[in-house]
Amino acid sequence: MLNRLLAPFRNTTGLARWILVTGIVITIAFVVMAVFAPWLAPLDFNQQKVDGVKLPKLAAPSDDYWFGTSDQFYDVFSRVIWGARTALVVVTLSVLFSVLIGVPLGLISGFVGGWTDRMLVFVMDALYAFPTLLLAIVFSFLLRDALGGGVTAAALSLTVIYIPQYFRVVRNTTVSARESTYVEAARAIGAKNSSIMGRYLFGNVIQSVPVIGTLNAADAIGTLAALGFLGFGIQPNEASEWGYDLNRALDDASSGIWWTALFPGLAIVFLITGLTLVGEGLNETVNPSLRKRRIRKVEMPPNEPTTALVEGRTR
Amino acid sequence: MQTKRDVTATGESLVDIRDLEVHFELRGGMLKRLLGMDTGTVKAVDGVNISLKRGEVLGLVGESGSGKTTLGRAMLGLARSTKGSITYHERGGEGQTRERVVSQLKGADLRSLRTDLQMVFQDPNAALNPSMTIEAAVGHPLKIHGIAKGEDLRPRVAAALERVGLAPAEQFMSKYPADLSGGQKQRAVIARAIILDPEVLVADEPVSMLDMSVRAKILQLMVDLKKDLGLTYVYITHDLASAKFFCDRIAIMYLGRVVEIGPTEEIFADPKHPYTKALLKAIPEPDPNKMVPRDLPRGEIPDAAKPPLGCSFHPRCPEAVAECGWESRDLRVLLEEHWTRQETTSYEEEQALVGSLDRLDDPQKTVTLGSGADSARVRGLLDRIRQENPSEPLWSGVDEISETGDGVEVRFHQGFDPELRPSGGVEVACVLHPKPVTVEPFRPE
Ligand SMILES: Nc1ncnc2c1ncn2[C@@H]1O[C@H](COP(=O)(O)OP(=O)(O)O)[C@@H](O)[C@H]1O
Ligand code: SF4
Ligand SMILES: [Mg+2]
Repeated sequence: MLNRLLAPFRNTTGLARWILVTGIVITIAFVVMAVFAPWLAPLDFNQQKVDGVKLPKLAAPSDDYWFGTSDQFYDVFSRVIWGARTALVVVTLSVLFSVLIGVPLGLISGFVGGWTDRMLVFVMDALYAFPTLLLAIVFSFLLRDALGGGVTAAALSLTVIYIPQYFRVVRNTTVSARESTYVEAARAIGAKNSSIMGRYLFGNVIQSVPVIGTLNAADAIGTLAALGFLGFGIQPNEASEWGYDLNRALDDASSGIWWTALFPGLAIVFLITGLTLVGEGLNETVNPSLRKRRIRKVEMPPNEPTTALVEGRTR
Repeated sequence: MQTKRDVTATGESLVDIRDLEVHFELRGGMLKRLLGMDTGTVKAVDGVNISLKRGEVLGLVGESGSGKTTLGRAMLGLARSTKGSITYHERGGEGQTRERVVSQLKGADLRSLRTDLQMVFQDPNAALNPSMTIEAAVGHPLKIHGIAKGEDLRPRVAAALERVGLAPAEQFMSKYPADLSGGQKQRAVIARAIILDPEVLVADEPVSMLDMSVRAKILQLMVDLKKDLGLTYVYITHDLASAKFFCDRIAIMYLGRVVEIGPTEEIFADPKHPYTKALLKAIPEPDPNKMVPRDLPRGEIPDAAKPPLGCSFHPRCPEAVAECGWESRDLRVLLEEHWTRQETTSYEEEQALVGSLDRLDDPQKTVTLGSGADSARVRGLLDRIRQENPSEPLWSGVDEISETGDGVEVRFHQGFDPELRPSGGVEVACVLHPKPVTVEPFRPE
């Protein structure tokens, strides 16, 4: 089983593998930050005082405050670390939700066909055609009343954006896989529709889901930051969020204070880059049409003068 | 599993196929359907009567597109019949049989039928789920029908795998289809089919996608399985040579119909239908010195959505006679063939004379060529074509050629769509059979 999981990995060469490895390293760095945030960050994300003493306002990076402090008396380094946790939690939740909704819907829609299929395709296409940021803003607006401005609300507004992508891919793969002989064979042994979908189609139609998932995760980081930047995202008292910090840093930048903007900005750029590299690397390895298998060098047997001719002929 | 049944063909019907039709609606574009335009139907199976005897091997033989697969699928209820019936005489206790009309079964009833009727598919590379291990794939039928689960599954899967020659089974259970060779995959497909201990196995060209070297082995495996498990086979193939080796009885299919059916020896010793004769001629001769031309009859297999009138084999039939159903489309083919032999200038001249051939595309028994002014020249052209090859069977089907005010009218004889009729030891669908008993008139020298 492990062998099969690693097979695409082994089949890649040079650039594709390099891309995948770099992406994984960057992403893992952020995951470590997110998981160990309470230990890595010197202060809490909304901590303004140490031992009852307020932090300096807009202090430049120093030994005490590595990335400096912000106009809200926050430690920028701690905010960046905690921000990784927020970003990854939101993105993981939204990808998870959209996979959990999009994949089964696509599978059923493609398998059942008919009017169900046409209706779902119509709705999903409409959602897909909508500008993503606008859609996210609308939904975070709608969800704010019900769920507040927290992590869950942000994750759900992102979920809506990405469902159509899983739906489309899974539905289209299902439509073509439905006609395949192995599905007919499953019918021939008496399998129920639910069993055909679960045991025969599912495993074969979800193969591009990891690729879409990572690429969507990268996209979601950007969208989440944009929401925060525009003030529709996670509220500052709920969690640390890079986009919100960038927004706050706008005024600082004009007065020559660079640290409040640079570090959250770099974090966003790095995490997006890392996830995109993983996605592209996976795409190269999972997608057979793009994949070029490594061609092993042909090893010629040592040439023994007396028998070479005979061997050459029999081979 | 492995309950041995009586394997000799008993003459007792196991599956009765009556007037079976499986027509597929051709899906035109959305617009076409909205406008209610005729999108056509493919008559994949078009009136088939066969009764499958317990213990026999029945061969379904025909070129690709003749409806063999569809007939096989219909027997399992995988293709919906649009008319007629398929009745399976299920063996109950104490020699009783229970009739189950496959063509009317639905849902759970239809699924439960699959413990008795199973299928082996043409392409072993496509018939196994690529993301399922061999153990899971072969064991799944038992799970589906609640026959075995959990602990019991593994030994039964192992037994089935070893029965089809995938031994030691341990070595294959955890493999995925991609790790197996074509022959091994087909063995796994067969294992999956026999694990439910079915009565009937429909084998759809089970060896045609395999390497020459493994074909004989798989066929031998099927012979052995039949003996050991008391199976009844429907063996689908386009290759009469393997049918001769394997089948007790052969049904020759053409465009959704059975055109000849009878015992294998009879079919090989004295083929009656011209199509059967042509197929027999196409069997590769093992002795290269006796190489005979092994072309199938002239022309292509016609479009099953627009079959020829009369006997659907008539456009390709070397023995066709007046009543075989000659019609406008045959005339078009004749003219076009004539023009392929002409110089460009005379071709252009002649084509201008006859006018567009498109109006011959709708099957008609009376057609008008050319225009009123040129009728004499059109007639002359037809006469010349006839001179080129007077033995062309189409001319026998022409009733009358007359010059009318609008051009030359060609009228064809009334055609017949021959039914299967007993002739000798077989049944044939051809107007030439059975041979009419003619009394030679006495002629004094
Ligand atoms: N599901 C289907 N939909 C439409 N046409 C079909 C379908 N299955 C088979 N046909 C048509 O029916 C005819 C017979 O096909 P098939 O049974 O596969 O023949 P064979 O197995 O003898 O090659 C062909 O013309 C084929 O195109
Ligand atoms: S009816 Fe017999 S002779 Fe006439 S076309 Fe058909 S096969 Fe040929
Ligand atoms: Mg076929």
